[in-house]
Amino acid sequence: MKTNILKAKILSLFVALSLGLGLVAKASDEAHATEEKFDISHLIFHHIGDAHEWHFATIGHTHLSIDLPVILYSEDRGLEIFSFANLKKHNELEPQPVYNGYTTDHDGKIVSTEGRSFTNVSITKNVASLFLSVLILFGVFFSIAKSYKNRKGQAPKGIQSFFEPIIVFIRDEIAVPNIGKKHERFLPYLLTVFFFIWINNLLGLLPGGANLTGNIAVTFSLALITLIITVFSGNKDYWMHILWTPGIPMWLRPIMLPVELVGIFSKPFSLMIRLFANITAGHVIILSLLGLTFIFQSWMVGVAATIFSTVMSLLELFVAILQAYVFTLLSAMYFGQAVAEHEHHDDHH
Amino acid sequence: MNLVTPDFGLLFWQILTFLCVLIVLSKFAWKPIISGLKEREESIEQALSEAKKAKEEMTSLKADNEKLLAEARKERDKMLAEAQHTASAIIQEAKERSGKEAAALIQIAREEIETSKEAALAELKNYLADTSLHIAEKVIRKNLSTDAAQKDLIQDLIANPSSRN
Repeated sequence: MKTNILKAKILSLFVALSLGLGLVAKASDEAHATEEKFDISHLIFHHIGDAHEWHFATIGHTHLSIDLPVILYSEDRGLEIFSFANLKKHNELEPQPVYNGYTTDHDGKIVSTEGRSFTNVSITKNVASLFLSVLILFGVFFSIAKSYKNRKGQAPKGIQSFFEPIIVFIRDEIAVPNIGKKHERFLPYLLTVFFFIWINNLLGLLPGGANLTGNIAVTFSLALITLIITVFSGNKDYWMHILWTPGIPMWLRPIMLPVELVGIFSKPFSLMIRLFANITAGHVIILSLLGLTFIFQSWMVGVAATIFSTVMSLLELFVAILQAYVFTLLSAMYFGQAVAEHEHHDDHH
Repeated sequence: MNLVTPDFGLLFWQILTFLCVLIVLSKFAWKPIISGLKEREESIEQALSEAKKAKEEMTSLKADNEKLLAEARKERDKMLAEAQHTASAIIQEAKERSGKEAAALIQIAREEIETSKEAALAELKNYLADTSLHIAEKVIRKNLSTDAAQKDLIQDLIANPSSRN
């Protein structure tokens, strides 16, 4: 009985959303009949890219957005901090504003009008989302750590009992089988990277959320840290295996050495691309499905697109944890290879 | 902003923030969580092994008890058998002794009877002798009351000195 009511509610929500989208499409059709054509790729790239403002929604001509701080560093001027509001147009007809010799190009990127070179370390939408995710991580895991201290030896309770199986899974199913005895050294990194990726994947799925884990800079830095940990924890066996792979004929060595050396970097490179591509692709698919409504300008397409993008969103919820798991698992495997003890080289190959 | 070119600003913030998160969480979250988990797992394991040990102890105790009980039973049976044996031996002995005593008593009685009989017979003999002497005296007194008779007797005695009566 209850599930039926719930089903009915969800269905009516679907219909309302779909009709709503259709109506919006119709309205925009009428309002912007004379304006430029709807540019789906611009919309998608705007959504998955970074920005200096956090844009939530546009109602009519009112933009609901937060202007984020711009932080620039240049050798001649030092550190410059100002709000992005200074560089924003207040209506379409206004020319692009210039502030302190800075303006924005058509991609929304800050450029110097005088051709000066500077470093942009602004709190962009992605950085703000990153900070938000850090607050969530701290909030969640400090409270869990507190429960472990307060309820020593007792059964988990509340949020602790939700996260405990995941933590135990990462320890017993990812760290221990892949790394072995030395897993405790790597466990904090594996746990951090798993929950960091998962939480940011989920934040990215929220309406208006930033596409942080679908950003190449983020996946690059995560993969870089995995690479650094792997290289620095590599033992003699690991390096021997790369530089003087046991059990292969002499004439193969000149070929194998570069292959092995490339292998050091190709592993984290695959980590970087996999996470970036999976998350970005998910966002692109959902945005494309929703964009169909505006391309075809039909409420029928709106209904179908809403259903499909809901299904896709559910799939993305799964992908969010799956990619976190894959990244953690592969990192653990690389660490495991770096610290593995080969007792009998010749038997092994 | 290009999709596949890492943006320096984000890269900077990401690495900085992630390293901070890693250090802070490792120290203030993962350390207590992992040690708490380990502690709990160890205590559970310990409790389980203790329970197992207690169970084993119980079983061995039960076995011991049964063994003890069986031994006690055996002991009791043995004691009972011994007691029975002793009792029958005592009875046997008592019987034997009483038989002997009875026989001895009978013997004594018999001997006494014999002695009494003999005494009685002797007395009877004496009495008879006295009485017969008395009678003889009286008879003789009467027979020898005359001088002739006395002379006859003396004559007779002289003739047959060896015969008396």
